[in-house]
Amino acid sequence: MNDMTPTREQREAKLEGMGCKRKRVEDIRFTQGRGNYVDDLKLPGMLHGDFVRSPHAHARVKSINGDEALKVPGVLAVITAETLKTVNLAWMPTLAGDVQMVLADGKVLFQNQEVAFVVATDRYAADDGINKVVVEYEPLPPLIDPFKAMDKDAPVLREDLAGKMTGAHGPRKHHNHIFEWTVGDKDLTDAAFKKADVTIKEMLSYHRTHPSPLETCQCVCSFDKIKGELSIWGTFQAPHVIRTVVALIAKIPEHKIHVISPDIGGGFGNKVGAYPGYICAAVASIVTGKPVKWVEDRIENLTATSFARDYHMTTEIAATKEGKVTGLRVHVLADHGAFDACADPSKWPAGFFNIVTGSYDFPTAHLSVDGVYTTKAPGGVAYRCSFRVTEAAYCIERGMDILAQKLGMDPAELRLKNFIKAEQFPYHSALGWEYDSGDYHTAMRKMMETVDYAGLRKEQAEKRAAFKRGETREIMGLGVSFFTEIVGAGPSKNCDILGIAMFDSCEIRMHPTGAGIARVGSKSQGQGHETTWAQIIATEIGIPADDIMIEEGNTDTAPYGLGTYGSRSTPVAGAAIAMAARKIKAKAQMIAAYKLEVHEGDLEWDIDGFRVKGLPEKSMSMKDICWAAYNSVPPGMEPGLEAVSYYDPPNMTYPFGAYICVMNIDVDTGVYKVRRFYALDDCGTRINPMIIEGQVHGGLTEAFAIAMGQEIRYDDDGNVVTGSFMDFFMPTAVETPHWETDFTVTPSPHHPIGAKGVGESPNVGGVPAFSNAVNDAFSFLGSTHIQMPHDFWRNWKAAKNLGVFA
Amino acid sequence: MIPGPFSYHRPATVADAVKLLSSLGEEARPLAGGHSLVPMMKLRLATPEHLVDLHGVAALKGISRSGNAIVIGAMATQHELLASDEIGQSLPILHEIALLIADPQVRYRGTIGGNVANGDPGNDMPALMMTLGASYRLEGASGARDVAATEFYQGAYFTALEPGELLTSISVPVPPAGHGYAYEKLKRKVGDYATAAAAVVLTMADGKVATCAIGLTNLSETPLLATDAAKAVIGTSLDPATLKKAAEAAVAIMSPAADARGPVEYRKHVGGIMVMRALSRAAACAK
Ligand SMILES: Cc1cc2nc3c(=O)[nH]c(=O)nc-3n(C[C@H](O)[C@H](O)[C@H](O)COP(=O)(O)OP(=O)(O)OC[C@H]3O[C@@H](n4cnc5c(N)ncnc54)[C@H](O)[C@@H]3O)c2cc1C
Repeated sequence: MNDMTPTREQREAKLEGMGCKRKRVEDIRFTQGRGNYVDDLKLPGMLHGDFVRSPHAHARVKSINGDEALKVPGVLAVITAETLKTVNLAWMPTLAGDVQMVLADGKVLFQNQEVAFVVATDRYAADDGINKVVVEYEPLPPLIDPFKAMDKDAPVLREDLAGKMTGAHGPRKHHNHIFEWTVGDKDLTDAAFKKADVTIKEMLSYHRTHPSPLETCQCVCSFDKIKGELSIWGTFQAPHVIRTVVALIAKIPEHKIHVISPDIGGGFGNKVGAYPGYICAAVASIVTGKPVKWVEDRIENLTATSFARDYHMTTEIAATKEGKVTGLRVHVLADHGAFDACADPSKWPAGFFNIVTGSYDFPTAHLSVDGVYTTKAPGGVAYRCSFRVTEAAYCIERGMDILAQKLGMDPAELRLKNFIKAEQFPYHSALGWEYDSGDYHTAMRKMMETVDYAGLRKEQAEKRAAFKRGETREIMGLGVSFFTEIVGAGPSKNCDILGIAMFDSCEIRMHPTGAGIARVGSKSQGQGHETTWAQIIATEIGIPADDIMIEEGNTDTAPYGLGTYGSRSTPVAGAAIAMAARKIKAKAQMIAAYKLEVHEGDLEWDIDGFRVKGLPEKSMSMKDICWAAYNSVPPGMEPGLEAVSYYDPPNMTYPFGAYICVMNIDVDTGVYKVRRFYALDDCGTRINPMIIEGQVHGGLTEAFAIAMGQEIRYDDDGNVVTGSFMDFFMPTAVETPHWETDFTVTPSPHHPIGAKGVGESPNVGGVPAFSNAVNDAFSFLGSTHIQMPHDFWRNWKAAKNLGVFA
Repeated sequence: MIPGPFSYHRPATVADAVKLLSSLGEEARPLAGGHSLVPMMKLRLATPEHLVDLHGVAALKGISRSGNAIVIGAMATQHELLASDEIGQSLPILHEIALLIADPQVRYRGTIGGNVANGDPGNDMPALMMTLGASYRLEGASGARDVAATEFYQGAYFTALEPGELLTSISVPVPPAGHGYAYEKLKRKVGDYATAAAAVVLTMADGKVATCAIGLTNLSETPLLATDAAKAVIGTSLDPATLKKAAEAAVAIMSPAADARGPVEYRKHVGGIMVMRALSRAAACAK
């Protein structure tokens, strides 16, 4: 070897493979304003559509008159439910097995519901037109409180369901009932509660909020009458699913539908479902023969496209007096709004909420969920969350703190006492999941040591004494949260969307000079797939990540995939990528053996190529193998070097983490200060530590927002009172706390590269940490539970209710 | 969030601006920084047919000293207030407040004239102008007049400005050297208007309050001057009982609306706290 020969370390580093803090390749265009988003798209002759929306929460629509609107210069059409009926599209199916009005058909069921679609030559004219459409309403009583939805005299919301006492998920108990879903052993659980030394019961509300990505939902639809083809550019987290839905409801052959998701400015679950805007833009394009753009504004996004959460969880835990948990019983009242437009795998009306036993070894548990209709916007999407895992984590993590308080135990100690032990994995939970791997004790102890948990408790005790002596008006809380997620939906045995199994896919094509392209069925909305996917391939096949182009989002070129949400991309698509790469590698090995004139079995892999065992100087790099694949393959072998993999995961993955929040609250104003936030995440194998850290920062910021103020709130008349960023809490860098991140690594045993997914962990684990901190701060004044969100005035109110101002 | 149609005018002199405003009538509105007006237009809560942009009127710019007063042109931006040494030395509380208004982007565009003329009870400058005893110069077709800030505000978005009149400058008497000042503003986040805020300007003599003025923001339909509260602290050393008394007197005149910032009860309560905190901090920095 001469001096020019790169060392093993240099060869390894050149790949920028897994474990490397590779800079995000997409940021080159994003930081220069060169991203290409839906709203950047301008097609010749493109029209603009916008909605007339309902000012009422619940009303009969007596008439809609668009005559004056059509006189506005530039306005071309006013589309109503009557128009849509001619193409059988006044209603559309939802992912949850319900149906939803595309445009108001006879009545409206929530404020800002889509009533008519005005199509014009520009956006200004469309809005001028909207203001001229005359709609006559007859107001009906609103239904805002989900706890009143099933009252005897509750108003009938869904007249279309009259007489249908069976829904997509079984029998309905009331005209506003959607489904009941039960899991677990009721008798065993009841028995555990009878025998328990200690029990707690608390109704824990997780308020309605919204994913509110920076870029709102939008699309451009263009129907080519000659070819009979429909092209849709949209902000879709799952473009293939959209293509199939359109084929099913618009009766256009699927190969004539082209769905393209260009760059997406954040999704967080908001862009999984199908919205009336997409249907109306498509119909408008079919009617006018011109491309039609629809772009939501911020108010529309917050008030009409899918909300998240709105789960009201009556939580009971049974335990021994030593603090060993013996049973969990949860009843959820789920407010789905006017239509059940949850974006869950089809057979899971409450998502994976049955992960609610969390990180603890519950011998038995029982869960029931009742979904109800109210006069609020439809949805129930997984906001940076794997299908209700966020709600479940909040439920159990608040529950454990409440139990600790009742037992007079430290909440961290109580958790350590009840964790599933490392040797119990794979672990079968009482509510039916098989946890693949975990080491909870190690993670928890690392957190406690790093932050000096004992020291913080001591400081808290001193502060409490000082408060009681009247020396300070500040109280201090420690919020512990230990979450287990279930992500990577999912195995075909239990997950599908509209009958399509939730696999994911990758196709890799290596070019002669050793560069290549990989197309993947997932769709990045900011997660950095173009960076990390190439890193997986780099490590697997020894080609530098910079030489692999990643492409997603075009249904004509990408293999069918179920998209990106629920932290599924790395667990499912990431696995497909590794498997496709391994197929490439297997063929490469045959080519190398042929070229090196040895038996395949005599070769071993070495960073970026194959070498002959025992003869390291006899080797062939992957780059050279790519060339050979196009000119000198073994006799009988097809030339070329490409592979496709469709990956059906054998199980979900179960990331976990230990978080702690240290907070001070001024009781006089309710103003809080987050002093410290430490987040330890275990997502198994870490592909790009920098991207992981970025994901954790973003998710924690959302968790902070949600717990401390971000809500979609309605007044008694059904008006949304938090419909803009003035009132919908969107923290800036100034309000956002400083984040400390840390990790342990427990690889998934069944995933090809041992990775688990991390994007949603911080949102899932962060919310209970913040809420537990607030609740812990107030607990010494005699409170057991204060509902979120914990904004200033509610903190002050809590202090007042606890007699602080007496 | 798309405004309706309007025509745009850009006069070069105050006289031309006034002429345009009076000839175009009720449907014309002056446009300053646009950071209050344009959001209202996007919601179509304001639908002026004509916008008279004041950016071309050089005479509306500038900050200068005239005798014992600082005269600020209506089109001085909040950023320009912050960049002015004159303001920093003579009216340091104006710097403190300007920094609490939204973010740099808003402050680069938003003007003091627009802020005080808008009549939004959430704006911070009006209560301060009342506290400082400022007066506004208004110019219309029939000439110019000066109106005290305390006389200007009549209701939410309802002021002494007559149709066709322009606010051209603000004159602020310079408080005595060594005065104490503080603006306590409780808000939910950067870019939010006050849940409650209190401005205090006072002088101390021998450890006791000699003079004091207290202004309140967003605690009523209009900015408020808390005269009784200010009276209650004169001659005291701001002991806890006096602070409490002042807060109670201030709370007595508050009538905020309930909104997402909190119920009425909360906004009044924290209004009182802001008064106490502003008084204490102002006294501490007085010389
Ligand atoms: C996100 C955000 C947060 C904000 N937060 C705050 C805050 O916390 N505190 C605060 O005080 N302000 C806040 N503002 C408002 C900001 O300070 C505005 O810029 C200011 O209130 C209005 O000034 P402008 O120059 O933008 O006026 P414009 O919006 O142009 O005008 C406002 C009104 O005054 C009229 N007007 C303007 N100039 C004159 C004049 N010379 N004579 C007569 N009438 C005139 C206009 O016709 C219009 O009716 C915020 C704004 C934004 C966008």
